[in-house]
Amino acid sequence: MVLAMLTAFLALAVFGGSVVVLSLRSGLNSLEARLGADIILVPSQAQSKVSFQNMFLQGTTGAFYMDSSALDKALEVSGVEKAAPQTFLASLKADCCSIKIQVIGIDPERDFTVQPWIARSLSRGLNDMEVAVGCKVEADVGEIIRIYDQRCKVVARLESTGTGLDTAVYCDMDTMNKLLAAAEEKGVSHKIESGDQVISAVYIKVKDGCSIDEVNSRLNGHIRKVTAVRTRSMITGVSDSLAGVSRTVTALIAAVWVLAFLVLLLAFMLIIRERAREFAVLRLAGASRGMLSRLVLTESSLCGLLGGLIGVELAALALFPFAQLIESALNLPYLMPDPGKILLLAGGTVLLSVLVAALSSVIAAYRLSRIDPGTALREGN
Amino acid sequence: MSLLELKNVSKIYGDLKALDNVSLHVDQGEWVAIMGPSGSGKSTMMNIIGCMDKPTSGEVLLDGVDISKESSKKLTDIRRDKIGLIFQQFHMVNYLTAVENVMVSQYYHSMPDEEEALEALGRVGLRERARHLPSQLSGGEQQRVCVARALINHPELILADEPTGNLDEANENIVLDLFAQLHKEGTTLIVVTHDPEVADAAQRTIVLEHGKVAREVINENFGK
Repeated sequence: MVLAMLTAFLALAVFGGSVVVLSLRSGLNSLEARLGADIILVPSQAQSKVSFQNMFLQGTTGAFYMDSSALDKALEVSGVEKAAPQTFLASLKADCCSIKIQVIGIDPERDFTVQPWIARSLSRGLNDMEVAVGCKVEADVGEIIRIYDQRCKVVARLESTGTGLDTAVYCDMDTMNKLLAAAEEKGVSHKIESGDQVISAVYIKVKDGCSIDEVNSRLNGHIRKVTAVRTRSMITGVSDSLAGVSRTVTALIAAVWVLAFLVLLLAFMLIIRERAREFAVLRLAGASRGMLSRLVLTESSLCGLLGGLIGVELAALALFPFAQLIESALNLPYLMPDPGKILLLAGGTVLLSVLVAALSSVIAAYRLSRIDPGTALREGN
Repeated sequence: MSLLELKNVSKIYGDLKALDNVSLHVDQGEWVAIMGPSGSGKSTMMNIIGCMDKPTSGEVLLDGVDISKESSKKLTDIRRDKIGLIFQQFHMVNYLTAVENVMVSQYYHSMPDEEEALEALGRVGLRERARHLPSQLSGGEQQRVCVARALINHPELILADEPTGNLDEANENIVLDLFAQLHKEGTTLIVVTHDPEVADAAQRTIVLEHGKVAREVINENFGK
């Protein structure tokens, strides 16, 4: 039982650690896929990198605006294949709003990042005063939510991305303009000097064969008061954090492995002493050395199997119900791998537990098989 | 006809001659007691006859096969097929019931057969205790389970090392009666003992001293 518990500890560390690392990797991949653009243009005053990153990773609300002419200017730049505007609006935690959320307006005709995501949950486009909500927004399909006293109908719940995008609400530009106007009436100003038509960011796809860095430089030179940011550079920080977490978890798993292996090795060696008389009796009953070796290996493998199953189950009990807690504690994109991958990982962990337990008993099995039954029984006496 | 023959067998541990040029024979169906004080070489002889050890020199012929030259694996096979062992300390597997302890011998010999194991326990008067663990059995009962375990595979030779050493008089008599039954059925018995009463139950007693055969005594009253 003690051996099974030790193996369970090993399996817990391996399975738990692997699921966390895989979830972080899935989260990062999901974030990269959802950003979907090579470059993002934001107003210079947006202090783009920090606030932008927080919006995507942690779902913090915020808004910054620039003149919509930035979109046309971006399209003039050589190497730009597609450009799609987005407008942000943060709702308030007040009577006028059902929930405090980030509202993101998209232009359905130009958008190439959010639309494919929405299309997985809604077969048509968003109509006037309709919204699609991220999976963490507390509103169901068919429900009406109020944003600055405007009634918006929820028509789709989007798939989880494991990022801050899951806490946002998406609408088309017409709806967004109405919401901006309503917010204006509530005293939340969005006006900028150059005009009424505002956008918050322009998502840019660079033509194949063009250098993203060069297009980024051209955008920065061509459009005033705007900063072009490479999405890859935004993700680099997250990626670095993830690499750090991965390294730590991997090191912990390796340490647990080595420790568990050594403890199991020691435990099996102690068992030799404990069970020498029993094995001597079996030898005298006609068991060959090979039979005893197989007996020890079978017992240790069964211990490994039992421990592996217990460990995986304990890890699953700790990880799956508390995924959101882990996500907020890590402050990184966190998306659970699909069930198939988790089952594969669980199977692999159990197999690994069996192998480690069997491997650590090999020396014990060999020594037990060499026991001289006569001597062992005399010593037992 | 000789079942066992030792020819000039010696066993030397460093400077100690545990057995010193011992020669003896045991006929098929014979009941022989081996006596001697501590350190006389009884256990060493038992280990060699029981295929648990090899002599330093000499020949040990069991059923015509020189077991002193056989490999460890072959010795295991011979022990399993031809010898039933009984010990003073019983040596049962603690977590197995009485019937399971008997079936262990069947398992390594051929095929476990619970009914046959129960019959063997019945023969030693313990059928109703078949499902008890060793800790739930008295010393005499444990030794009777060991007798059942030793005879379950119908060995040609029963080798018993101080089989009554830990038993009271009543249980000693039960075990000796069982040996007498086995002897009547033609089983060869070699009983190592330092108890003259146990030795007196045998047909012949071989006395060892300082690793040598000091004398042999034929029991004139055997069977009377």
